[in-house]
Amino acid sequence: MEFAFTEEQEMIRETAAAFLAEVSGSAAVRRAMALEQGYEPALWDRICGEMYWQAMHVPEAYGGLGLGYVEVVAMMEQMGRYLLCSPFFSTVCLAANALRVAGSEEQQAMWLGQLCEGKLTATLAFNGGSPRWDAQAITATWRRDGERYVLNGEYRYVIDGHTAQLLIVAARAEGSSGAEGISLFLLPAATAGVTRQWLPTMDQARKQASVQLHDVSLVAEALMGEPGQAGKALATVIDLAAIALAAEQVGGCQQLLDMTVAYTSERVQFNRTIASYQAVKHKAADMMLKTEVARSAIYYAACVAQEALEGGPLAGELGEAASVAKSYCSDAYFAIAGDALQLFGGVGFTWEYDVHLYLKRAKSSEHLLGNGAYHRERLARALLD
Amino acid sequence: MKLSFSAEDEHFRQEVASWLQDNLTGEFARLKYRGGPGDEHMFPEERKVWEQKLAEGGWTCVGWPTEYGGRGCSIEQQVIFFEEYARAGAPGRVGHIGEGLAGPTIIAFGSEEQKRKYLPGIVAGTQLWCQGYSEPSAGSDLANVKTKARFDEAQGKWLINGQKVWTSLAHESDFCFVIARTDPDSVAHHGLGFFLIDMHQPGIEVRPIEQITGTSEFNEVFFDDAQCDASDIVGKPGEGWKVGMGLLGFERGVSTLGQQMQFQNELDEVVRQARSNGAAQDPVIRQRIARAHAELKIMRYNSMRMLSGQSGSDGALHKEALIYKLFWATWHRSLGELAMDVLGPECEILEGGPYALSRLQSMYLFVRADTIYGGTNQIQRNIIAERGLGMPREPKGAAK
Repeated sequence: MEFAFTEEQEMIRETAAAFLAEVSGSAAVRRAMALEQGYEPALWDRICGEMYWQAMHVPEAYGGLGLGYVEVVAMMEQMGRYLLCSPFFSTVCLAANALRVAGSEEQQAMWLGQLCEGKLTATLAFNGGSPRWDAQAITATWRRDGERYVLNGEYRYVIDGHTAQLLIVAARAEGSSGAEGISLFLLPAATAGVTRQWLPTMDQARKQASVQLHDVSLVAEALMGEPGQAGKALATVIDLAAIALAAEQVGGCQQLLDMTVAYTSERVQFNRTIASYQAVKHKAADMMLKTEVARSAIYYAACVAQEALEGGPLAGELGEAASVAKSYCSDAYFAIAGDALQLFGGVGFTWEYDVHLYLKRAKSSEHLLGNGAYHRERLARALLD
Repeated sequence: MKLSFSAEDEHFRQEVASWLQDNLTGEFARLKYRGGPGDEHMFPEERKVWEQKLAEGGWTCVGWPTEYGGRGCSIEQQVIFFEEYARAGAPGRVGHIGEGLAGPTIIAFGSEEQKRKYLPGIVAGTQLWCQGYSEPSAGSDLANVKTKARFDEAQGKWLINGQKVWTSLAHESDFCFVIARTDPDSVAHHGLGFFLIDMHQPGIEVRPIEQITGTSEFNEVFFDDAQCDASDIVGKPGEGWKVGMGLLGFERGVSTLGQQMQFQNELDEVVRQARSNGAAQDPVIRQRIARAHAELKIMRYNSMRMLSGQSGSDGALHKEALIYKLFWATWHRSLGELAMDVLGPECEILEGGPYALSRLQSMYLFVRADTIYGGTNQIQRNIIAERGLGMPREPKGAAK
């Protein structure tokens, strides 16, 4: 049993942290978040061309680096620290996972190959506007039309949905309910009948969009897996993404804690640094507790996710590990962001200081893919019903 | 990262589990799930016999080196042992203070004579120990020890005078390790000694403290010219703080996984109650049970991090270890409240008069101690802020 990063994983993490400190400082984040696109293409090109992060856990056979999900999680933690504005989460944690879990050999070879070359951004759309983040949130429908499929309906909260070149969309068989009748389709964004709108959000550092499908006609090869049988695969993809998102949240927790300790150690009132007051120290101690507990949750979840993708005895724990991690990390991040703002005092309320960027990210990531209460109810169903 | 145990370790797990299954039977069957924290007063004599039964099977001091009579188990195997022990519902260990604290201290700091004299009795489960640290005016401020040790040249012995308090199992113990002031003019952590004291002597009086549960496992211990052989001081006079605090370094979380298995047993009981009385349908209760479940899972992962992480070169605890006490104590206290809220108005009704508490009632009351002993939550937050975050230390009051 060795529940710690290997040296190689540590190195990847440190390299990522150093790179992000350079390219994703406050000014860079504020520049990128002011763009409707939500990221600076030159930086994304650099990430894809020099760092190969987009190829991290894609198997070598498809042009990837063949690393594990633990590495992806370590990377997401660092991106969360630096609020990196990029299509990494949508392209890698949503779309690449969907391809790996539900895609055929041919589909993976074609799309993951382009993705690894840095030529393709992609995302996953399934939620029709529900606070639930499972198959029940799917309102869009599919039906057969000879050899083709016809899709109709709407998606909300689609991460980078207005910019991604490839949409992986979930739709249900007309008249189906629950997890029945769910199919996943590969849908190039330029396909006729697809319209997309950027949805301006409080958290400007991550962009959301709505996507409408109006009689979109797809070839048979666009279907992933067997018709109507993708419910389970979709659940796996959502769990994998929730674990990555929880890791991003842990990175945000750590950054807020560090910022708060640094600020309170400089700010002097009544001739003492405010960090010397027990009221401040104890709040900071609680912030550190939540951060470390959250970190323990995601490291375990990362190992489970790894086995869910590659096989292993822990694979069956994926749903539980995702809900444990996402519920704890979501609540921890928002609580820590609130505490940080409080300890920064008046300046924490300003646009100039970065605290609000994290407070806003904490809330947006809390609700994305299910908030604490949603995931606890999922755990409760398994325990109590 | 690798989370699974080796095949050899899994074989060891089978060995532990089957030994417990074969031996936790007959006269010992009624000890199942008894004698843990809050229940230490139950079956003390039977649990002493059980301790010796364990010793016969080679299941005491499993983490000690073999040269001192231990089993020499790896960290993984110790984890497995404590997990299986708790999973089987085996009783609270009356020997845990000797095995976990006194013995390791003697091994690390004691003389050859002390090792020969004391370690075999701990391994055999025949000699029980208690810990004499806290005093009426030395609680959170543990270094404010007033108990005095004076060397009497005529008798060639140390004479101990003073009072200890919150001494678990003192009334069942054969020996006590005591921190006492060897230099009467010293203050704080200077001038202390670490003594190994025979409890069976006229100079020692043990008075049980009646607790919130109506039962007693903590005691006051009064020393009135209690004697201690010249050879029974560990380290030199003045080194008592170093020796006493050295103990803390032995706790890196190995036994925490066993403690968590006990927490799991309690949470399972809460879940059973909730399912049988309908509380499991209440959305608020569902949220609270799920939260308790999630956090207990993470507590385990956190312990796995503690076990995998090497402490720093300065012996400093890693961050996940620094927060552990505050985390588990606060979690456990919440579990007590949750248990009562699951039971609803029925939580008030005792199993019998005058004050016979059920397992959950006893747990609910006893967990109030968890956030106080071993460093209160407030002290823990100071430690986390100062050692974990480098924030300024608390100003000290002027010495009186």
